[in-house]
Amino acid sequence: MSPQERLAAALARIPYAQFLGVRAELKGDELTLILPYAEHLIGNPLLPALHGGVVGALMELTALTQLAIASKSEAFPKTIDINVDYLRSGKPVDTYARARVVKIGRRIANVQAEAWQAERENAIAAMHGHFMLPDDGDGSGSA
Amino acid sequence: MSDSLSGYGTGDSAVDRVNAMIQFTPQAKALGVTVSQTAKGRAWGKVPYRAELVGDPDTGVIAGGVLTTFLDQLCGAAAILAMDQPTIVATIDLRIDYMRPAQPGRDVLAEAQCYKIGKNIAFVRATAYEDTPDNPIAHAASAFAINSKKKSKP
Repeated sequence: MSPQERLAAALARIPYAQFLGVRAELKGDELTLILPYAEHLIGNPLLPALHGGVVGALMELTALTQLAIASKSEAFPKTIDINVDYLRSGKPVDTYARARVVKIGRRIANVQAEAWQAERENAIAAMHGHFMLPDDGDGSGSA
Repeated sequence: MSDSLSGYGTGDSAVDRVNAMIQFTPQAKALGVTVSQTAKGRAWGKVPYRAELVGDPDTGVIAGGVLTTFLDQLCGAAAILAMDQPTIVATIDLRIDYMRPAQPGRDVLAEAQCYKIGKNIAFVRATAYEDTPDNPIAHAASAFAINSKKKSKP
């Protein structure tokens, strides 16, 4: 299987990723998660705007997946904490997210992520978080 | 507090009105979020366990993103319940600490408390758990911008 196929298979195994409708694209080691617009993702029907929790979930999923790629791990890390800043309301269109692994320690990694829609420059939300690496990861050491 | 959510739905109690607001929120409805109890600036709610919300297929643990949405929703409700004149809020930021995985197969409960509300900003924290808040799954701390058209009195 190609890395792209492995990634698609890993995401297909996660029921919640299917519930959201997330897809993944991998170019080299750079991952983009794509959340196609769907009506059930709406949090404010008056604006309308995507639910903030969904945008947070997309960035968390991106961070977890990018970290699994970066740490060459088959298993997904576990989230310790996430901090989400909401910058603009998410419009009812497709949303994209990318993550940057800031630091992989022995057991804990720090990851940043951003989500955007029409323009990459105008992020709708940003996240940073800490993640516990699985024991089989390259960076996880013996602990 | 009884008339505080008159802008949302036609239920008789604040609980009914908050649940009507959730039914009007497609993603909260899709997750099956419900509110069981309310008080001034406080909301208690539930997200039921469902196989399609699992984040780790090896363990059956519910996805972190489900808790993010649930806690964001409940914190927003608590902020609105703190207002004398309810209006719409928008999340500015949200921090979630995951203390432990949720137990597979079990509904997740949470309580949210708006511990400070001003003219423009509401600060809300929440705890998620299965049985009691002294054994938490996750903790949320959030800030909400209050719609400036109908500000609440601080």
